[in-house]
Formats: sequence, structure tokens, C-alpha cells
Amino acid sequence: MQEKKSSLLWAVARIQMSSIKIRTKRKDGETQIRMLIAHPMEHGRNRDAKTNALIPAHFIQELTVKLNKNVIINGKIGANISKDPFFSFMLRGGNAGDKITISWLDNLGNKDTQVHVVK
Amino acid sequence: MTANRRTFIKKSVALSAYSIIVTSGLLSLSEAKANLLPDTPSTHSLQQTLKRLFKDQEIIASDKIDIQLPKIAVNGAAVSITVTSTLKDVESIAILVEKNPTPLAAKFELSPDLDPFVSTHLKIAESSAVLVIVETSEGFYSAGEKVIVTMGGC
Repeated sequence: MQEKKSSLLWAVARIQMSSIKIRTKRKDGETQIRMLIAHPMEHGRNRDAKTNALIPAHFIQELTVKLNKNVIINGKIGANISKDPFFSFMLRGGNAGDKITISWLDNLGNKDTQVHVVK
Repeated sequence: MTANRRTFIKKSVALSAYSIIVTSGLLSLSEAKANLLPDTPSTHSLQQTLKRLFKDQEIIASDKIDIQLPKIAVNGAAVSITVTSTLKDVESIAILVEKNPTPLAAKFELSPDLDPFVSTHLKIAESSAVLVIVETSEGFYSAGEKVIVTMGGC
């Protein structure tokens, strides 16, 4: 069930050409930032069910969140974060039209960036 | 007989000295390797991870850190955790899972524009304690919460 769901997520991500989904919500002078990233997050100790070979480690190592042009979050991520990682943060203030840029870098050098405008 | 005994003692002293040098050499070699490791999550025990991340800083247990974590997690592949804190001037929040092969899950450096709030989903291999370490401008504070995992997720 979960595999189906994540493969669907992958497919959606491919179509949109981005692996990052961003949602923001302004409430009581604060903005909640939520993000969902499509990524396998393999830690390198799992084995392939068919071939029994080790699946190589493949996980996001760095996560950067920018508010307009300033870096507000600098995250170092390990393989202990679930597959298709979800993160949520609370921003003090935040106005309509603010640009939130989220980017990640994984251990194989892949990266992705997505921009979201706060409504 | 006495000559034999003498050579035996000489040899054994030399051997023990040699073994001391070798083992101490090995130790310093592994230490050198540990120092060369980049500041990224890697395979280490909790104590080693803490030492590497926070050097020899004093970490004080605090009740001003709130961890929302289910007491029993059915699926260890995705356990939601929310960390909030009433500490002032929070600079970073680190989340560690004690019994996972790589304890460090994530460390976020937060700017003053953000509330001390982080929510994410963790992979937890077996029933374990989850440790949160909050860095403020005044020092390091920690809090822990235990979780029972019925189906390990790794």
C-alpha cells in the first residue's frame, strides 16, 4: 500500500518536474511551512527482495530553506528520516508574496529546488 | 638454564613493548580517521555521535523542550515527531534515535525568523529512546522520550 502510494508520488513528481511539494498557511501572525519531498531515503542496509543484493545508500543530506534571499533553515539530514520525507517549520511573521525557496542535495549529488509564494 | 631464563625475559619484555606500540599506534590511527570524518551523519554509536557533534560541551537536561511522539508506534518506518521549545535564542535542533545504527536523524540550524518548532517523520529500527538536543546562545539542552516500536522500520 505504502509502496503504491510512494510510486504514485514519484510519478506525480516526474510530471511536475519537481520532487518538492510546498504548502504554507498564515495564521495568528505566523506562517507554517510544510514540505513533502519525493525521495527513496535508502540507508544502504536494506536488501533487494528479489536479488538479495544490498540497495546502495541514497538519501538527502542537506536541506536549505530560503525566505526571499535569506537562508532561514540549514538542515543536515540522515537516512533515519522516512522515505518521502516530510518537514514542517514555523515562521515568525511572513507576508503574502514572500518567496520560499526549498532545495535539497543527496549523497549521490542529485539536487532539486522549488519556489513557493506565500498567499 | 639461567641464560635461557634471561633471554626469555628479554624477549617477552620486547614483545610486550612492541605490542603496546602497535596497539597505541592503531588507536591513534582510528582517532585520526574519526577526526577526518566530515560533519555528516555516519555509522557511529550515540556516544560517539554526541561527542562528534557537540565536542565536549555540557548538555543540560531541560523541561523546556516538548517532544510529541506516539508512545507506541505500529510502523517504525514513519513515526511522526514534533519538537517545540520555550527556550530563548534557539540556534539549532538535533534529533537522534538512540538504537538506530546511525543515531543522528537530522540537525536543523534555525534563523531567528523561525519559532523553535520542527516536525518530521522518523524511521525507528526498534523500541528506543529519541533524544532531542537544542542549541541556544547560552548552551546545549536535551530532552528524551521513549517509543515502543512493534514493527521495526528500516
